[in-house]
Amino acid sequence: MIEWFTWVEVGAALLAGLLCVALGLAGRMPGDLSVGATLAVELLLIAQLVITIVAPFVGNHPTGSLLEFYIYLVAALLIPPIAVVWALLQRDRWSTVILGVASLAIAVMAYRMHIIWTVQIA
Amino acid sequence: MSTTPSSPKSSRAVGVGRVLITVYAILAIGATSRSVFQIITEYSSAPLAITLSAVSSVVYILATVALILPGTFWYRVAWVTISFELAGVLIVGTLSLVRPDLFAHNSVWSYYGIGYLLIPLVLPVLGMLWLRRRAPGRSDA
Repeated sequence: MIEWFTWVEVGAALLAGLLCVALGLAGRMPGDLSVGATLAVELLLIAQLVITIVAPFVGNHPTGSLLEFYIYLVAALLIPPIAVVWALLQRDRWSTVILGVASLAIAVMAYRMHIIWTVQIA
Repeated sequence: MSTTPSSPKSSRAVGVGRVLITVYAILAIGATSRSVFQIITEYSSAPLAITLSAVSSVVYILATVALILPGTFWYRVAWVTISFELAGVLIVGTLSLVRPDLFAHNSVWSYYGIGYLLIPLVLPVLGMLWLRRRAPGRSDA
């Protein structure tokens, strides 16, 4: 895995999450900024997927379980699009908070995935 | 926080309740994917813990659905599933401390859900408070 990319992903998701939660609690409706931030997190996850597919072919193998990594990655990929649809069904301040919660969950999952990839199996 | 109290659709999937449902859905996705992985790879090594993981993920999915759908039937399903979760996290959380041998592999509820930032412990309580506020037949709380 490309470690710096993981940290960019965790950092971006954390920032996007905190930003959207703050905007929502401040009473802001979902807008270009909050939806855009959520989509940016999704794009990073797609990039992560591409990296994950390519990595083993260039000699970058996980020490942990590749299957477990993929299961987490697929679950993570589903979250931002579902959250955007769910958030926009009813537009109010809570829609923006929902987008934030989704990105915060991605931050945690991306960190977990890093541990799964690099863990030393006994 | 007065969002159309007696909406013809769902009285639970409104306002801050939608954030609660989001957290439920994420937990359901997380618990289900972990459980699928455990069943595929390590079922025989800890059947009790892994079966529990599977049961808990089904309950999270049911609770999420029950919170979204309108009507008194789903209101009851929400109470049952959320109570089950609270009981689960308290019982399994305690057991994982006193009988760690039973839980060689972690479930969502091990150590009161510490692996999920204790969200499994807090969420059912918030869920119950929300259900009480949104009880059918009550105009609004």
